[in-house]
Formats: sequence, C-alpha cells, structure tokens
Amino acid sequence: MDELRNALGDLAEGWEERHGRRLYCAVSRERLVEAALRLLGRGLRFATASATDMRSAMEILYHFSIDREGAVLSLRVTLPKEDLVADSLAPHLAAAEWIEREMAEMLGITFRGLTDTRRLLLADDWPAGSHPLRRDGEVPG
Amino acid sequence: MTERIIPIGPYHPLQEEPEFFRLHVEGERVLRLDIQLGYNHRGIEKLAESKSYDQIIFLVERICGICSTSHPFASVNAVENLIGVAIPERARAIRSAIGELERIHSHLLWLGLAGHFLGYNTVFMWAWKARETVLDIFESISGNRQNYAMFKVGGVRRDIRDDLAPGYLAALDRLRPTLDLFRKAVEDDPVIHARTKGVGVLTADDIRAFGAVGPTARASGVDVDVRRDDPYAAYDRVEWKVCLGSNGDIHDKIVVRLLEMDESLRIIRQCLGPLPPGEIDARVKGVPPGEGIGRHEAPRGEVFHYVRSDGTNRPARYKVRAPSFMNVATNVKAVVGGTISDAAIILAAVDPCYCCTERAVAVEHGTGRRLWGGDDLVRLSRDRTRRLREEMGRP
Repeated sequence: MDELRNALGDLAEGWEERHGRRLYCAVSRERLVEAALRLLGRGLRFATASATDMRSAMEILYHFSIDREGAVLSLRVTLPKEDLVADSLAPHLAAAEWIEREMAEMLGITFRGLTDTRRLLLADDWPAGSHPLRRDGEVPG
Repeated sequence: MTERIIPIGPYHPLQEEPEFFRLHVEGERVLRLDIQLGYNHRGIEKLAESKSYDQIIFLVERICGICSTSHPFASVNAVENLIGVAIPERARAIRSAIGELERIHSHLLWLGLAGHFLGYNTVFMWAWKARETVLDIFESISGNRQNYAMFKVGGVRRDIRDDLAPGYLAALDRLRPTLDLFRKAVEDDPVIHARTKGVGVLTADDIRAFGAVGPTARASGVDVDVRRDDPYAAYDRVEWKVCLGSNGDIHDKIVVRLLEMDESLRIIRQCLGPLPPGEIDARVKGVPPGEGIGRHEAPRGEVFHYVRSDGTNRPARYKVRAPSFMNVATNVKAVVGGTISDAAIILAAVDPCYCCTERAVAVEHGTGRRLWGGDDLVRLSRDRTRRLREEMGRP
C-alpha cells in the first residue's frame, strides 16, 4: 500500500481510507490517465468505473483491484457540470472502452480520445441529449 | 476473396439472450468481430436509486436469471463495507454454502450448453439432469429453485436447518460420479479435444488488457479469485484452492469449471457439516452517509458493486459491474483467426450473461403497448400448443 502511495506521489490530491481495505485517491482530471497508467504498471487490475451526478459536480471513480492485497484503490476525479470532459483511458486499456461508452450515454460525459462513441446500452430511438442517470433534468419515460 | 459479414443475432437460435455479433469473414476465416449490446437493458441502476437498501437486494437478485445470488452477495458486501459491520459466523457459513451451490448449478448449466454447441447433446442432457439435484436442495432450503432471497444486510434472511444439512451433503455426494464422468470425457474424448484444444485462445496479456475475470481469466493462468484475494463470508475459514489452467483455450475453460465444482463441494461440506451455532443476523439499523465497494466471485467471475449513501434509506448511486461486462469483450480477440464453425462455442466459452452485462426491463416501450401478466403468458402458451396440435392433425 505504501508503495502505491509513493507511486502516485505528486499526482495524489488527497487520500481516504475506508473499512475493509478500500482506498480512495483524488486526482485532477489532467493527471488521471497518468495516474491510471502508473497503477496498471504496478500490476493493478482495472475493475470498472462509476460516475455519479453529485448535483453540483460530476464525479468519476476508476476502480482498480489490488489482487495480491485484497484491496480496491479508486481514483476520484471531479468534473464541473458546465465542462463534462475527461481524457479517455480506452486508448491505453481495452477494458475501459465499454464503461466509458456507458458513462457517456448515461451521464453525458465526453471522453477525449475515445474513438468508438456509439451507444452501448441505450436504444437507438432514445432521445439525444437525455442521460438517464443525470439528476438535474427530466428523463423522458 | 471478399470480406463478408455473417450476422448472429440480435435474435438467433444459437442464443438464449439477445445480443448482436457481426462476424466479418473471408471464406471460413473470421477476420473481425463487432459486438452490439443493449437489447436487454432494464435500467436497474436507475431503479435502484428509488429503492430502499432492503428492496435493492430483491432487485439485484433479478439481474441474473442463472446465478441469481451473485448480485445480492456483492450487494450485501458493498453495504456492509459502507457501514463497517461484522456478520455472525453462522450467516457467513450459510452465505458461502449458497454461493457454492449456485456455482455448481451454474457451471453444470454452462457445461450442458457447451456440449450442445459442440453437438454433444448427451452432455447437455446429463449435465442438466445433475443440475436438478442442486436446484432441489435450493427448493428445500429456500422454497425456490432460483431467486432464493437468502441474503440481507447483516446476515441471512433464512436459516438452514441443522437436521436437513446431512441430507443435502448426501445428495451432493451422489453427484460425484457424474462429475467424474464429465472430467474423464473431457480428458479422453478425441472429439472434444479436436473441437476445444487450441480453439478460442486468450493469452494472459489479453486477459489483463480486457480486465477479464473468473474462469475465463483462470483458464489463461491468471491467478485471480476474490474469494481468496479479498475474503468475505466463510471463504477464509475453509480449506479450498483456486483452480487454474494454462492454455487459455476452450478446453482449459471446461477443465477449470469442472475442477471448481469439486472445490465447491469441498467448501459446502465444510460449511454445512456442521454449521457453526448462533445467530444468523447482526440486526443492522440504518445506513450512514458514505460509500462502499462489495465484491463476490460469481460463477462467471468477480461481481463488483459500488454504493453511495447520503444517509437516507435509498442510495444516491448504485453501480453494478457484472463479470460478463468484462468477459464478453474478449470475444473480439478470441474468435479472430478461427473458423465460423468454432465461433458458436467460442462466443459461449466465457459463459456470457447479457442480463447481467446490461442490467438492463422496459416491458412497456413508448405508449400504447400492453404489459403481459402471468395469466396472459399462460394463455399464450396454451393457444400455441392448441394451434400446433391442430396443425399436426392431433385432437
């Protein structure tokens, strides 16, 4: 764990530790891909990402499993609501592609560098510009 | 030769669930695969935001129609991680026993389907017959063959009776000869070898790139299993081992699942013989603000749930990541270079679950379309049977 803290070093903007080997590390969106690549380089496994509409801002967690220690380290990125753009991890890691496509359609986040921007789960006739997991607007029924 | 596209899906006799594979082929060779999802999206994560934590367990139990306890297992792990609660020993043992019974019936279901895709319908019949033993045990424990409703935050909802446990273990022992028979068939049968060895190979690097999990990863020699790596329930209290393959082909995926069923039997025997005495519920009151991550090694691999609480009785965010979400994507690698005839078994080899991948029922789409109830479905079924009889000239 200490090794990972050192590895992220200057990229980390804050650490939180929760029950049962769960670590959360805040990083800026500009440094997210760099932080993720450092974790992957140390053998961590990308589990998934989860985006949450916090009403005032959008938060994305990139969850990495530290299998040899039975822990999960999540990188936390906060995006301002008026500028929902983040760099894509997919060009570096195939595992990130589907979940970034899902976050894009469900929450309206744009991933810079994501080449396949087709919808993953939503129907073709779902209205454009409507994102079901957003909490700041009406979702059509 | 020109490149052609063979569409499989979204509705196709090969598939139990809707998904759309476009096989780009040149002659018999598969050049490329394009996967299109979303035909099964039900909006479970959105729905979870309007449910209480107790209701969510019932909701997520309905994500998967095969391994129905996988999502409740990860769900209670996530909420208990958020709260920081320890659960009683007896509840731990019951949880692991339920998880392993499910692994056996899920692997047997897959084994049957794999046999079917290879043209071995005897394997299909035998595997599904053996699976009934496990479903009977589930019915005795919970009243249900599927959707057992055993889990709750803080413990389990229902006890396993001490006087019935020896009967369950005896029934499981009677499964062993059948499992041995399958293992010998996979070891010895030249046709199974010809159809599965060196077919649909995934290297350890492929597994890491796609983040694949479960038997799909372990068949390629990637040693991950959250039951051992991040222990929960009773998994660090019993003796068992993680089963690995090395070649990453279909054959090793079959072998890994067969070996895992033996380990599941070992775990169940230690959990149930006898169950630790005591309470089955830690009686949790309320969920504080915070966030939690819960994992469970489901039959298809790691299920990952993330829950965010704002202190009310409903989550602010509920994220579900099923193993198939990671595993299905590996098909774009596994089918390339193979022949069209191998595509069916390769696409089935990760034991894909699209219900889980898409968590996704909009039964009523748009307006004006009616909802089908149980009575309607029974009527439809009877009408069709009558029509078939008439067409065949039978009264």
